[in-house]
Amino acid sequence: MFRRIYMDANATTPLLPEVFEAMRPYFMERFGNASSVHSFGQRARGAVEQARVQVAEFLHCRPAEIVFTSGGTESDNLALFGVTRPGDHVITTAIEHHAVLHAAEALQHAGREVTFLGVDANGVIDPEDIRRALRPNTRLISVMMANNETGAIQPVEAIGAIASEAGVLFHTDAVQSAGKLPIDVEKIGCHLLAISGHKMHAPQGTGVLFVRKDIKLEPLFYGGSHERQRRAGTENLAGIVALGKAAEIAAASLRDGMPEKLAALRDRMEHAIIASVGEAGAHSTAAPRVPNTTNLWFDHVEGEALVISLDLKGLAVSGGSACASGASEPSHVLTAMHVPAERARASLRFSLSKLSTAEDVDAAIALVPEAVSKLRELSPHYAAAN
Amino acid sequence: MTQTETIAVAMSGGVDSSTVAAMLKAEGYTLVGLTLQLWNQRRLAGRPGMPESSEGRCCSLDDVYDARRVAEHLDIPYYVVNQQERFERDVVEPFVREYLSGRTPVPCTLCNNHLKFAQLLDTARQIGAERIATGHYARNEYDAVRGRWILKRPADSSKDQTYFLFGLTQQQLSRTLFPLGNYRKPDVREIAREQGLALAQKPDSQEICFIPGGDYKVFLDAYLAERGESIPDTSGELVTTDGEVVGHHGGIHQFTVGQRKGLNVSSPSPFYVLNINGAERRVVVGRSEELLSGALRARTLNWISIPELSGEMRVQVKIRHRHEPAWATITCSGNDEVTATFDEAQRAVTPGQAAVFYDGEEVVGGGWIV
Repeated sequence: MFRRIYMDANATTPLLPEVFEAMRPYFMERFGNASSVHSFGQRARGAVEQARVQVAEFLHCRPAEIVFTSGGTESDNLALFGVTRPGDHVITTAIEHHAVLHAAEALQHAGREVTFLGVDANGVIDPEDIRRALRPNTRLISVMMANNETGAIQPVEAIGAIASEAGVLFHTDAVQSAGKLPIDVEKIGCHLLAISGHKMHAPQGTGVLFVRKDIKLEPLFYGGSHERQRRAGTENLAGIVALGKAAEIAAASLRDGMPEKLAALRDRMEHAIIASVGEAGAHSTAAPRVPNTTNLWFDHVEGEALVISLDLKGLAVSGGSACASGASEPSHVLTAMHVPAERARASLRFSLSKLSTAEDVDAAIALVPEAVSKLRELSPHYAAAN
Repeated sequence: MTQTETIAVAMSGGVDSSTVAAMLKAEGYTLVGLTLQLWNQRRLAGRPGMPESSEGRCCSLDDVYDARRVAEHLDIPYYVVNQQERFERDVVEPFVREYLSGRTPVPCTLCNNHLKFAQLLDTARQIGAERIATGHYARNEYDAVRGRWILKRPADSSKDQTYFLFGLTQQQLSRTLFPLGNYRKPDVREIAREQGLALAQKPDSQEICFIPGGDYKVFLDAYLAERGESIPDTSGELVTTDGEVVGHHGGIHQFTVGQRKGLNVSSPSPFYVLNINGAERRVVVGRSEELLSGALRARTLNWISIPELSGEMRVQVKIRHRHEPAWATITCSGNDEVTATFDEAQRAVTPGQAAVFYDGEEVVGGGWIV
């Protein structure tokens, strides 16, 4: 019996039924423009503000500090472009998601100086490197909270302390942390923080930028005075309601032992696969990691062929990062960790969600070694090495 | 009808390969659609002379999306395999090198040899497909008497692609299906329409896939400029076969044998490029009749219908894609080299192009003209 197993939660997650039920009425019977004066608008406004409270509780901030956006990419761009001016200096890392990396490159073209810092072999940034990179004109530090490919958690609290000491703004892309780690903007000491709805069981096209109360932010879009003039455009009512609900559920799951359960599943899968495959391992294991992610390498295998083989057997995982056509590109994260190109190409990311089951993990433990050994039988490199 | 075999279909997003997928699906095969991502069309876009947009070129996103829609329509799994590094190494780099040394390359053959029938077959096997199917117009069959796989011209001679396939090995031929070999292009479009493929009327691709606009000189400039280089200065003299200097040229890469335009020699009757001497940066020009060659030499051979050439063989030789094959006798003239002596002299034998030998419908083999 062919069963499809989804282990690519860092790419996207399905809605939870409760989230879908929460948003459903807002497409038809409870529609409205939250800016309208009449009852339809009032009801919509109420729903948006309720969601804002839910998200604020999730991030431990004030509701007024929440800006709803179209997703993580918009939130990151809004943060980077919103608080910097030509002549400013920005510090970021080589392992950021493209939403930050490519935005930072665009900042360079728009007159900002940008420093891209490297990471250690575990994919973790050294806060002291950030301190050393500070310049008199440094305006912003942008470091992700957890990496999407390896799951490595970055020392954001230490970076927040450095930022505050230096009087520099700190933005963190928390897209891959939301729902996996508790997020407290006070503890982190960040001024800006981005999350995305669809990585935490809300719909695609929803996101949030936390903007600390006293920060002046130049908008990306000009239009109405929505979101306190920080993000023009009619609110995505149903999406925002869903994101609020998803944040509420995620907060509860974090308290109820979901991360520990996920980590146990992930660790069991990781150990079993590595043990039965041989000449394999996991990246970033010496770093603290989000509980759902493991990035495994299998020497003498082409990652792209392994992803396809596994998908044909029903197991959905990912390798590298996908470009527009769907082909895999070499991972800039593993490259920054100085993983040799061959091994980077032979690396696959498995990312679980709260919907993952022990049966899913059992299936992966059975399927992966089988697929790897089949590919190795066909590999001239493997034959030569063994 | 149900078949147990899994076949990987090389899908480009064009009518031909899409129709192949539809035909094999109807025959009951289990299919996996594959597209090789070979070149990033946006890479050189916007450089001097290069188009801003990549619309309608092979490997463009439009084509990948077209292929994806066909796969969706046929309900088959479909993947894009990134082979940009290998394509650049095995096709684009040699293409650039050949032009810079005064030869006229055939990138489609290199791509077939190194990517489509090497990498793609490897990938297919890795994902559980022993054979691949492509939309090439060609036929192949096993001849038990000779114990060899034979490559033959297709039913639609106007679409014949065997010239680009002479490098296929026996092993590659044995693992490849050319389902369009017995069809004519209008029939293929009709089948595409019957199968409900939205792209049944999509125009054929024409030029070299990684050179939008078709101007290779602009491409060479843009490609070298990207890595901070420029086309090396190979300017020099235009000379006649008698050694008379009749003009100057701006670089040997601008010429191909048989070329008449762009010589800038004032003369009552036209001059043509006869040959290009890369070492001396000389372009030898002459009259139309001087373009005729009675023989050619070809190296780096591949034999298909015969295990190897022993003695002489009467064949028809095709010296470029759009060339009416000419009768010749081929003999071995050195290590991995043959000489083809034409019955009637042929015009513009061009180093860098392939010489492909035919015995009627069959491809005997071929090599690279030196």
